[in-house]
Amino acid sequence: MGESMFQGNVHKYGANIDTDQIIPARYLISTDESFLAAHAMEGSTDTEFLNRVQPGDIVVADTNFGCGSSREHAPIALKGAGISCIVAKSFARIFFRNSINRGIPVLECPEAVDATDAGDKLQVDLVAGTITNLTKEQTFQAKPLDQFMLDIIDAGGVVEYTKARLQSQGA
Amino acid sequence: MGMTMVEKILADHSGRKSVRPGDLVNAKVDVVMCNDITAPIAINEFRKLGVKKVFDPSRVMMVMSHYVPAKDIASAEQARTAKVFAEEQGCVFYDAGKGGIEHILLPQEGQVVPGDIEVGADSHTTTVGALGALACGFGSTDAAIAMATGELWFRVPRTIRFIYHGKPASWVRSKDIILYTIGKIGTDHATYACMQFEGEALREFSMDARFTITNMVAEAGGKCGVIPVDDVTLNYVTPRAKRPWKVYDSDSDAQYSETFEWDISNLGPLIAKPFSPDNVVPVDEVVDEKVKIDQVFIGSCTNARLEDLQEAAAVMRGNKVADHVRCIIIPATQEVYKQALHEGLIDVFMEAGATVGAATCGPCLGGYMGVLAEGEKCVSTSNRNFPGRMGHVRSETYLSNPSVAAASAVLGRVAHPGEILSVDPIAAGSV
Repeated sequence: MGESMFQGNVHKYGANIDTDQIIPARYLISTDESFLAAHAMEGSTDTEFLNRVQPGDIVVADTNFGCGSSREHAPIALKGAGISCIVAKSFARIFFRNSINRGIPVLECPEAVDATDAGDKLQVDLVAGTITNLTKEQTFQAKPLDQFMLDIIDAGGVVEYTKARLQSQGA
Repeated sequence: MGMTMVEKILADHSGRKSVRPGDLVNAKVDVVMCNDITAPIAINEFRKLGVKKVFDPSRVMMVMSHYVPAKDIASAEQARTAKVFAEEQGCVFYDAGKGGIEHILLPQEGQVVPGDIEVGADSHTTTVGALGALACGFGSTDAAIAMATGELWFRVPRTIRFIYHGKPASWVRSKDIILYTIGKIGTDHATYACMQFEGEALREFSMDARFTITNMVAEAGGKCGVIPVDDVTLNYVTPRAKRPWKVYDSDSDAQYSETFEWDISNLGPLIAKPFSPDNVVPVDEVVDEKVKIDQVFIGSCTNARLEDLQEAAAVMRGNKVADHVRCIIIPATQEVYKQALHEGLIDVFMEAGATVGAATCGPCLGGYMGVLAEGEKCVSTSNRNFPGRMGHVRSETYLSNPSVAAASAVLGRVAHPGEILSVDPIAAGSV
């Protein structure tokens, strides 16, 4: 069973953070999580991310987070760096799907994004779909994820989910 | 109620009579593609699934395109991982010298045909939709599941219809049509949507030109792009197809979430300034800014087909690349390279002082073969110019059509091809 409650400090970004900013293409020479994590957000202007990030931290971003290349190295790098979940006004389609597939919760909630500043402490309740800004003492309701997606996250990712499905079919 | 062509493809592949936007369906896939960067993760995940064999080795394609011939030991290991897997599974494998950029290669080789569903572990898989197929980019894990099961879940996308009227003016190419579109709607307007492109302005375009339009669906956030099948499509597909195909047409009463209708007759060539593909202005506007450049790249899955090289050569013929500019030209596939050689285009580029590279993705993604230094400026025929895309986070990329890029290489600044040739040889029909 996957976790459903997350709490951490916020790293805040603007709109259109593409996957080249999350993990530049020059590092796509490895699939190793710790190697990719050591270069997370290196293509962005946030040069302090790796010094600041703590296990459990949460990325909060404006619209179209994760646009661009389909590289799954992007959610792998963020997860490896300690990011527990991502809240944005909207996500690019492939990044959204890759994150769910990797068991990383991604929630859309424009109100929470607008009300949150870098360094705030956030709590996310995946089952209730709520995002609480503990610093500002405000709670927001995120756009609910499909049950299908919650099941994938709960299984620990789509590979585990599919494996269980194949086994139940006797494949 | 009618269906769009993409709705019909998804319905047919999931054994349903009809589907509606928003439906979740488990669809059979026809082709699964990975490249040298996305294959290693896909293979790892495939192994974890506990499945021994891919669903159909003739439909699983590994295309080495990004970091080949290997740029370092780590890249060599990744390409070898893909090769060993392809040998073990008996699936289709294209190495350097035998293939090229996947999105140009697979249609060229008839590996994807109209009516197919292609699951590609690369965002620009959308390119292939110009054939009237549903071609969609995914991460590596989704590709692994498709390789193992021959199926994948899809949310049926809403379809946005784009209708282009008129006739392109001199120096205006299909690249300008898609830049215009992205400039109008922005980089996330089509998120989760299918973009269906139509209109008499497109009918004249060759398949080469049409692929450029569906290529940049990715830069509008789109899930897929399609162009209805016509004689141009069938003349391209017929001599190449490895399998029978099926033509799907949108019903006259199909539902579209939006329709954009534009007359493109008055457009001039356009350029996307740093740092977004939707930062689109007329080339003339940037000519006035006198932007001195360091590099020109003519290539990528957007603009490296034969017609693109013909357009670039028409401008460069008899001219020299400016002293302070490095001009890199990379044909999309081995086949395009050979044709360009036979037509004398490579001679034109070499005489002009350009460097011509092996058929790969080249410097488009900033990892190899022309990475930009801090502060360098590049005019590129590729598809993305986000911060750091082609190198240092403080380098800058301008996106244009091949004629504009060639003119910029010669004049050493962002330039309009009309500054070099008084008549557009393409519009005049002399190329």
